[in-house]
Formats: sequence, C-alpha cells, structure tokens
Amino acid sequence: MIKLATLAILLISYLGYSALVYTKGTQSPLSITIEEQQKITEGKQIYQQYNCQACHQLYGLGGYLGPELTTAYSDKNRGEAFMRAMLHAGGNRMPNFHFSASQIDALIAYLKYVDTTASPIK
Amino acid sequence: MLIQPPPPLNKRPGNSFVKQNFSSDKAALAFLLLAMSYLALGLTFGLLGGFQYLLPQFLREQLAFQKVRPLHVYLAISWIFTAAQGGLYYYLPRIAQQKLSWPQGAWLHFALQLLVSASIVAAFFGGYFGGREYLEFPPFFGVLIALSWLPFVINFFGTLKPRFTQAPVYYFSWTIGIVFFYITLSESYLWLFDFFNNNQIRDTTVQWKALGSMVGSWNMLVYGTSMYVMDQLKGDQKISRSPMTFFFFFLGFTNLLFNWGHHTYIVPAAPWVKTVAYVISMTELLIFGQIVWKFQKTLSNAQKTYHSLSYRLLFFADLWIFLNLGAAIAISVPALNYYTHGTHITVAHAMGTTIGINTMLLFGSVFYILQLQKPNALERKKKLIGRGIALTNIALIFFWSSLIGSGIVKISGKLHNKAFAQIMEACRPFFKLFTASGVFILIGLTIMIGGAYRVIRIKECSSPLTKDKNSLLEMDTAL
Repeated sequence: MIKLATLAILLISYLGYSALVYTKGTQSPLSITIEEQQKITEGKQIYQQYNCQACHQLYGLGGYLGPELTTAYSDKNRGEAFMRAMLHAGGNRMPNFHFSASQIDALIAYLKYVDTTASPIK
Repeated sequence: MLIQPPPPLNKRPGNSFVKQNFSSDKAALAFLLLAMSYLALGLTFGLLGGFQYLLPQFLREQLAFQKVRPLHVYLAISWIFTAAQGGLYYYLPRIAQQKLSWPQGAWLHFALQLLVSASIVAAFFGGYFGGREYLEFPPFFGVLIALSWLPFVINFFGTLKPRFTQAPVYYFSWTIGIVFFYITLSESYLWLFDFFNNNQIRDTTVQWKALGSMVGSWNMLVYGTSMYVMDQLKGDQKISRSPMTFFFFFLGFTNLLFNWGHHTYIVPAAPWVKTVAYVISMTELLIFGQIVWKFQKTLSNAQKTYHSLSYRLLFFADLWIFLNLGAAIAISVPALNYYTHGTHITVAHAMGTTIGINTMLLFGSVFYILQLQKPNALERKKKLIGRGIALTNIALIFFWSSLIGSGIVKISGKLHNKAFAQIMEACRPFFKLFTASGVFILIGLTIMIGGAYRVIRIKECSSPLTKDKNSLLEMDTAL
C-alpha cells in the first residue's frame, strides 16, 4: 500500500510540475509579429528537415561536428554574413546543401530569433 | 551433460536452474538476434562518424554526418530497448509460470519492429528527417513506434498481471519503463503544437525534459532486467523485495521524473527549473551501483562460476557505473556544467552509460538466457566471448578518456576565445584516439555478437541431464 501511495504521489507531482514547466517556467518575454513568426517557423522547419542538429547544437541539443549556433548570430567572429556564406557554399566539413535564397533568409531569421532568446545568458 | 559443475538445485519453480521451454522462446531469441544486429549496424555507423571527425571529406557528399549520426543514434537506442524486450519475452512466461497471454503478438511485434526500423533506416538514407535530437526521423514514425510496442505491452500486462503489493522491484521497474516510454514519446512530439513550437525556450526545455525522462524509461527496462537476472543467479528474491531496494528504486524513479533539468542549466527558463534538477541531481547510477555492489557480496562462488559470462558483464557494468557516477556528479554541478555542456565530456558520459553500463547489462541478460537454453554451445564459445568482453572494456577506457580529453581541450579553447576550427584542430590527437579505440570496441562487440549468434544458431540436444537430486530439470512446457 505504501508503495502504491508513493507511486501515486510521485505521478501527481510529475503532472503538476510538467504543467508548471509548460506554462510559467518557460514563458517568453519576446513580442514577435505574425510575419516574423512565419519566417522563423519556416526557418525552423528547414533546420529540422535538413537535420542540422546532427552537427550543430542549439542550447546543447545536437551534435558536435559543427559549431554551436545558439549565439552565432551575435558572435562577432561569425555573424550573419559568415553564416550566409556557409549556408550558400558549405565549408570544409559542411556539405553544400544548395539552399535557395529564400531558404537561407528563413534559416537566418530562425537563428537570429534563437540568438535573441539567449540574451539572458550572453 | 553440462560441462561445468552442476549448481545446487533451487526448489523454487521458474528459477534459473530449471530449464523450461515455452513456445515464445523462439520469438525471444529472434528479438535478441534483431537487437544485436541493430548494435552491429549502429557501431558501424558510429565508426564511420568517427572517421568523419578525422577526415572531414570522408563520404561527405555520399553519406554525410547529417545521415550517419541519426543512423548511429537510432540503431544504438534500438539495440537497448529491443534487447530488453527480447529478455522480457523470455522471462515473462517463467515468472508467471504460464505462456504469454498473446504468443502470436510477440511475432507481430517482431514484424512491426523490423518493418518500422527498416523504414526509418531507409528514410535516413533517403534524407528524410524530423530533425529532433534522438528522434531524428519524420514525426509519423513516432506513431508507428508507439503502435509497434502495443503487442509487447499487451503481453507484459496480460501475462504478468502485476500485483504491486507483493511484487519484486523489477515488476515496478518494467512497468514504469513501459508507461514512461509512452508518456515521454508523446511529450517529445508536443513541438507539433504552436504553443510549444513558437517558443524556443519552451520547446528546448520540453525537449530536454522528454528526452531526459525517456532515457530514464529505457534504463528502467534494462535495470529491471538485470535485477531479475541477479535474482536468478542468486537463487532467491530477497534483494529484489527488500525495503532498501524499494527505497532506492523510488529515488531512481524520482530522478527519472525530475532530474532532466540539469541538461537545461544553459537554457534561460525559470531558475526554479534548474534548482529542482540540481537538488534531485543525477543519482540514478549511484542507486543502481549500490544495488549491484550489494548483490556481488552475496553471490556464492559456485554461482559465479556457473554463470561466469553474466557475472563478468555485471562486474564490468559495476566499474562503468562508478566511472560514470564521477562524471555525472561533476557535470551536474552548475559551475562545472557551464563549461562541460556542449563538449565531448557529455558524450563520454553518454557513451559510458550506453556501452559500459547498458550494453554490459543487456549482454549479461543475453548470455544468461543462452546459458539456460544452450549451455553446451555457450561453454564452447565462452573463451572467445570472454576475450570480446575484455577487449571491449579495455578499448572503452581509451574511448571514454579520449572524449574527456577532447572536452577539456574544447573548454580551454572556449576560455581562450579560439575559433571553432582551431579547437577542432587541437582536438585531433583525441579524435585519432577515439576513432582507433572505436575500431577495437567494434571488434570486441562483434566477437560477442558473433559468439552469441553462433550459440543461438547451434541446435543443441536438449536431453537432460542427470537424474539425481542435484540435477538440472528440463520441462517441455509445451505452451
């Protein structure tokens, strides 16, 4: 009986904690227009379709063959121009994925947005 | 006749020294073969990935790291849960002393599992991705995976009908493993809703939450299996029913539920998410190490000899628990995590856990089953398999150390504001070491897989055994 009660308490705590994390724990202070959101969503979709996270990390999620990208947009050694060049032609390790100009714009919009969310930790 | 000295007879039915045959045993062995095939393929893709670290142009256009990594990760994960499921298909009828509630369901599960995994591998080769960590396949495969597990779930609950008031700890472990696999798999697809997808902090946090607990769920399947094997090796259920074991089990379960937050120290979510994670921290390995350690002290020498391969594997798992425990404690301290996160130190922890702990424990279960099913055949291969175990573990030490080394180089590079390319160049000696040691891990595990495969394939005469009171019993349960 004690075992079942312990299980029940833990499960209820888990459900409550999950609800808290989903809402109050992860609220976003950023305000984004609908047009911006569309571009960001498109960029995120491309990021996932090409499985960019196999080589790159965002907030620690992803592989290690390529550089971490969470704050790449505001990094003075990288920045938008450098990222556009990499997306356009690839690099020593990165294949050329032959992205269209529109896809590159969307990816940059997404990475710029991710960089903005990272402001508190920069 | 068995080659090794006969063990003492244990009177409890269903114990390890009574050979019973159930009709579902073939399905169980098929699952183990499938699981080991996943492992062999996963290792091969892992090694290809290792070479791509050293030689950036290697297969860059034909089979880029973008494809190699998901193939490696998916197949390695599949090895873990398929081997655990194969073990359960073997153990369930023996625990319940009745046939599986749906014997054909085991084969249906096998067919679905094979179909889904082949489709996922084909999708990766074809460049179709979902682009999420661990679950890198397109989202609809998540639904197929959930469906493919259903016959297993029906058989587990239908056969065992767990009575939790009297049950040993592995009933709880397996149940939690199955239930939380479904919960965390569902949670990991919350990103399909805009509420999660349009908020990067929420999406990342929930993704870490789901994946952290998902790893806990399959660890529960593996730990439950190894607890059962330990029970059988020891010949009684004192350990798996003791209050202390249950205390540690619930502590482990608490970790599964709440300790994922140590992955999110760098994510700017609310501070209390990190505080909760830090307080609870990652004690799951410590918990299990305590259980294994206690088990070893009570294992008699005769029983150690009888199941020596399983014992040896549990012993190596012990060593890796202690090594990984050190790494886990270090990287769960926020001040250290700030530097170690995003380096190969995290990978060292993951590899140490996957190969050093989970793989050793699962092979412990595989060889325990083969010891029961084909003792003579296994005896003939024991020396070769033993060499494979030793080679794997020696190579893994170098592999693990090289990952720690490259992590330290990366931390140093970041502290000195070096460019990514410079850091990668500085890591090259360690990349060479981890690729070379990866080759030997592949050889070692291939020896173990090959040995197990040949033992399963050998048709062994099932004639028993001596007739005196210390003899092994063999029953054709014909179910």
